[in-house]
Amino acid sequence: MNALLQTPMHSWHVEHGAQMVPFASWHMPVRYRSIVEEHQATRQSVGVFDISHMGRLRLDGPEALKLIDHLVTRRVSDMKPGQVRYALLTNPQGGILDDVLVYRLQDAAGNDYVLLVVNAANRRRVLDWIEQHYQGYEVLLSDLTQQWAMIAVQGPRALEAVGPLVEQPLTELRYYRAAETTVLGRGGLVSRTGYTGEDGVELIVGAGAALELWEEIIRRVTPLGGKAAGLGARDTLRLEAGMPLYGHELTENTLPQQAGLDFAVDLDKEFIGVEALRRADTKALARLVGLELDSRRVARQGYAIHHQDRIVGQVTSGTFSPTLQKSIAMGYVTPELATPGTLLHVDIRGRLEAATVVSLPFYHRRKKRGPQP
Amino acid sequence: MNPEQLRFTDTHEWVYLDTSQEKAVATVGLTDYAIEQLNDLVYIQLPEVGHQVRRGEAFGEVESVKAVSDLYSPVDGEVLEVNQQLSEDLDPLSQDPYGAGWIIKVQVSDPGQVEDLMDYAAYRKMCEEEL
Repeated sequence: MNALLQTPMHSWHVEHGAQMVPFASWHMPVRYRSIVEEHQATRQSVGVFDISHMGRLRLDGPEALKLIDHLVTRRVSDMKPGQVRYALLTNPQGGILDDVLVYRLQDAAGNDYVLLVVNAANRRRVLDWIEQHYQGYEVLLSDLTQQWAMIAVQGPRALEAVGPLVEQPLTELRYYRAAETTVLGRGGLVSRTGYTGEDGVELIVGAGAALELWEEIIRRVTPLGGKAAGLGARDTLRLEAGMPLYGHELTENTLPQQAGLDFAVDLDKEFIGVEALRRADTKALARLVGLELDSRRVARQGYAIHHQDRIVGQVTSGTFSPTLQKSIAMGYVTPELATPGTLLHVDIRGRLEAATVVSLPFYHRRKKRGPQP
Repeated sequence: MNPEQLRFTDTHEWVYLDTSQEKAVATVGLTDYAIEQLNDLVYIQLPEVGHQVRRGEAFGEVESVKAVSDLYSPVDGEVLEVNQQLSEDLDPLSQDPYGAGWIIKVQVSDPGQVEDLMDYAAYRKMCEEEL
């Protein structure tokens, strides 16, 4: 087995007592002390996540957007510099190869480029996929994953905590916008994006500058009740927010519509997989649902979902929700049972536990602006 | 309870054997090491009083946000008492694993089974090797 990759913050994680695990060929922290504490800190104040394992692929050249437009489910050719868009790469059958963020950016010299942030587990596959399809396009592809590091700062107090470190005024950076800027005196990138259901930013900086930035962010969030958070909390946060995770809700055999990702698919444009998606009778296929269990036991990936005496689907992710104080899960069920309120059961190690279909997400953050109902 | 007075399984249960009465009674719990490894506990499944347990066989399970772990009986015997407080509140497991966090009391068929288990020093050594 090859040695696991280490992010620039690896030694910090180890020194701070993190439980480290192999994750998609990286050695990553699951938690420092407690997943629940890190989760709550993110919901109530700020969580700081090392997400340097995420793949960062840069495409330069005049036809970079045109190539990506051909590969992803949404139009990206109309994006303006500074825009970020969630999209899917699909195979010719319409199955999901990865879910990615597409950034259109401009460097200091005024050159346009495209950045793709892809799942760590799919980085090699996405690189291969692009290489299989870039012949004939004027494009230069670079994998910058290890030259750059990435830190997510998420939570209601995230912007106030990192604002002073970033030259770009964060309150002027709208949701799903990004900018090249100066971060702690060095060149970097900031985007108003995240995977927790909270407001916040993701920062990309050179690997050599990352540890210093990480420590400075930790110093700033600590008095606010914020803390470093591991992949465990990242998973419980995204699950409460109803966000799919590749390898769980999304696979090569899943069509985007089954996962409720219709918003990320534009069937009026051409891309690899579009014909299959236009033809698919998606109403007849299994659908992703949210489940709330009566028991506190956790419905984990692979557990069977029952309706009366039939198996009607499978759990893809589950956890005990720290916010709702309930066992929650996502899974696929036959379409006639996907209506909220439907009573189902999950087979948790031989015992059937009652579960109710609920609409996703499980958790909605309260928006700051506007009157509260 | 002082861990020095306890015996330990390689599946991280502790046992306190009380032979002061006519029938030997073993109190069984989970070690602080196991609780820390599981972390963020959400659920415990306990046996019924009267349930027959067998050495090395599961008598319940404890579940955390990240994982689920079976509870293995260190001895053969019959469950005399169950710490029902835990089904309401799991905090004693992490706050006082060798005291208020005890899980079951078992009337032991063969007290010699406890003597076969690790003492505290041997158990610590095993945990250090696991890390």
